[in-house]
Amino acid sequence: MSISGFFSQLLAIVMALVLAPLLMGWVNQWRAWLQNKSGPGVLQPYRMLHKLFHKESVLAEDASSLFRMAPYMVFGCMVLACAIIPTLSTDLPLSPAADAIALVGLFAVARVFISLAAMDIGTAFGSMGARREMLIGFLAEPALLSVFFTTSLISHSTALTSMVEYLAHKEFAIYPSLAFAGLAFSMVSFAENARVPVDNPATHLELTMIHEALILEYSGRHLALIEWAAALKLFAYSCIGLALFFPWGIAEAEAPLALILAIPALVFKLAIGGFLLALIETLSAKMRIFRVPEFLATAFLLAVIGMLVHFLLGA
Amino acid sequence: MPFADFPLRRQRLATPLPIWRATCRADEWLDLAQAVATGGGRLISLWGSERPAEAGRADVVSAAYASSEGLLWVDLTLAPGGGGYPDLAGIFPCANRLQRSLAELLGIFAEPMADRRPWLNHGAWPADYFPLRQPASGRDSFPDRQLEDYPFVRVAGDGVHEIAVGPVHAGIIEPGHFRFSVVGEKVLRLEERLGYKHKGIDQRFQEMPASEGYRLAGRLSGDSTVAFAWAYCMALESLGASRTPLRARWLRALFLERERVANHLGDLGALANDAAFAFGLSQFMRLREDWLRLNQRLFAHRLLMDAVIPGGVAVDLAPAGAKELVAQCDAIASEVKKLRAIYENHAGLQDRFIGTGRVSQELAAKLGLTGFAARASGLAGDLRADFTMAPYSDQATRQALSRNGDVAARVMVRFDEVGESLRLIRLFASELPAGEIVTRLEPIPETRLGAGWVEGWRGEVLVALEADGEKIRRCHCHDPSWQNWPVLEYAVIGNIVPDFPLINKSFNLSYAGHDR
Repeated sequence: MSISGFFSQLLAIVMALVLAPLLMGWVNQWRAWLQNKSGPGVLQPYRMLHKLFHKESVLAEDASSLFRMAPYMVFGCMVLACAIIPTLSTDLPLSPAADAIALVGLFAVARVFISLAAMDIGTAFGSMGARREMLIGFLAEPALLSVFFTTSLISHSTALTSMVEYLAHKEFAIYPSLAFAGLAFSMVSFAENARVPVDNPATHLELTMIHEALILEYSGRHLALIEWAAALKLFAYSCIGLALFFPWGIAEAEAPLALILAIPALVFKLAIGGFLLALIETLSAKMRIFRVPEFLATAFLLAVIGMLVHFLLGA
Repeated sequence: MPFADFPLRRQRLATPLPIWRATCRADEWLDLAQAVATGGGRLISLWGSERPAEAGRADVVSAAYASSEGLLWVDLTLAPGGGGYPDLAGIFPCANRLQRSLAELLGIFAEPMADRRPWLNHGAWPADYFPLRQPASGRDSFPDRQLEDYPFVRVAGDGVHEIAVGPVHAGIIEPGHFRFSVVGEKVLRLEERLGYKHKGIDQRFQEMPASEGYRLAGRLSGDSTVAFAWAYCMALESLGASRTPLRARWLRALFLERERVANHLGDLGALANDAAFAFGLSQFMRLREDWLRLNQRLFAHRLLMDAVIPGGVAVDLAPAGAKELVAQCDAIASEVKKLRAIYENHAGLQDRFIGTGRVSQELAAKLGLTGFAARASGLAGDLRADFTMAPYSDQATRQALSRNGDVAARVMVRFDEVGESLRLIRLFASELPAGEIVTRLEPIPETRLGAGWVEGWRGEVLVALEADGEKIRRCHCHDPSWQNWPVLEYAVIGNIVPDFPLINKSFNLSYAGHDR
């Protein structure tokens, strides 16, 4: 492991931890602006994390150790996910630890733990949220895997770093297979990150919640970790999308100094991505929960079409 | 059914709307109810009182029925020494909860009363204590009492489970408990538990002078303050057959329409927000805020509390203010038109609204659904349009109707009502007759009964008043939510759990007005 590799790995993790709440704040700020509101400012998620870390954690009487463990598990999964995604550089020593398929598994582990924790305390809302989360999860995962299959077929590797290196060096053109995969990936991202039109992160209606219902009983530092993990997940998904479909500006192993340019490039790309997310959220209403399978089946179909297009056209 | 078909001696009360009062015997009670039901009439309210009689005091049960002819208030004096009154719940299902609350407040039971579960009393007072009955003051406290278990109806079956929601909710709303029996996401049954906001307003009325009661009536449910204050004042004025000045009547109607618009604007925004379309909420909240601020500026209260007073209104409208009102109506009308187009063309929103929480016309008629929710289910009926009453009949008030009975229909009716109310406000403001705004009410030395009946934004509000000179002997305020809460239980059957907030908001029923 080279010094520059160690450095870029460390930078990737620190950047993720620092930038993830900022991305969340940016999206929320744009949501507020698009609704003609002044908004709480982009720094609001940091203030919230600060507040929650200084509050007492209240545990339900029937909570088992699983309930206490889950926030750390989820947070750990998300940090690891961010460590292996080439956000700034493809020179990541941790990258061989997990490829794209393992990444999907990592998200699944987090999902299983948070759902188990929600059911652990035995409230109706927790079980309801867990049930809905699993419904979405088991439909989203195949679609996400198919997206990764398409890109790995093109780049002949399932390692995210090699994929990105290959895609970044490809001749600049519109590749139909990647276009289909990109569309499928965006749909999956909306579902996986509990955004409108699949879920509403700002809702106060306990009966319609999915992600919020899962974490209804958490408080204090546990809630802070989960909220931070949710921000990291959004950051991770955004970065995967950017790395696979807009890979320009990411530094490579042979050019460690490009890192200096990679940071503003990433921030720029995330800013645009965050704005688009807020725009789509503002323009859509939440769909009925039984429309979600149709939505995710469409995503799966698009991902498969992407794969077929690659086989048939080789593009 | 014309009430004249039934052999009762009726006395017309001195109210602008046709209201009669009659007494009946125990054997006529059910026949009358049946005749009203057969004739397409509805039960508006049921309450009880303790009145002085030759031998001490006698229990009286009162019912108010509405038909196309008007309102009939029937009293049944019960024989001393116990014995109840015939149960109306078989004919009018909405009587169930009214009878239960009558039983726990006054100890007058229907017979045979199948459902004897407490309704407003959550264990705060013992079952043999009746707050409205002498010598109870209604202020006695029972500190060591425990919350009683409420026997909800259980649904058995494979995979059926219960979701208990409330009375404390994740958002800042009024308290109420909802018990869902569900299979997966599908609602098999919903049972409501209300009464968390019972404050003993009926008892409080009895400690007040009649001329002050309008303030309490106006605080029964903040979103319907004009409707209740007007109904109370109408009841008080009918005691001495006082005539309010024409200008005051026009201003009262203007306030009532402003209240209607304010509530519809708020709910139309909230409905979109419940479908995660937050844009709608922020736009409608902006319009509502402008609306309320003009209320504050012209009439000294955002919600128009205490604007309607006995004998007239408390605030006058200057010509400059009238111009402002008209200009605001024009501005809001054009914005609402744009927002309506956005709502109606938004596929995602319409997908959530259409077919959700459907109440068929037959069901609505059977359960006595009232107000705009009834009009959205194809049941015509709007006091403003059905009867001749200044100033509504001068302006040919039209009622909004839809036949679908789903959330989309209730949204549509609300949009239509906003449009009609804006039209009325423009006319009321620009053609306001000159004259006094308040007249002095002559004191009434003897015991008299009066009633007020007003089409509030949610439905018809009824105030029945018994005053002994300046003293209120009994004042019963009825909120239309009593009729509509049970319908909500039916509206959600077969829908999915996440659609409940949307269905609930489309009715937006009152907890405070219901629990009193």
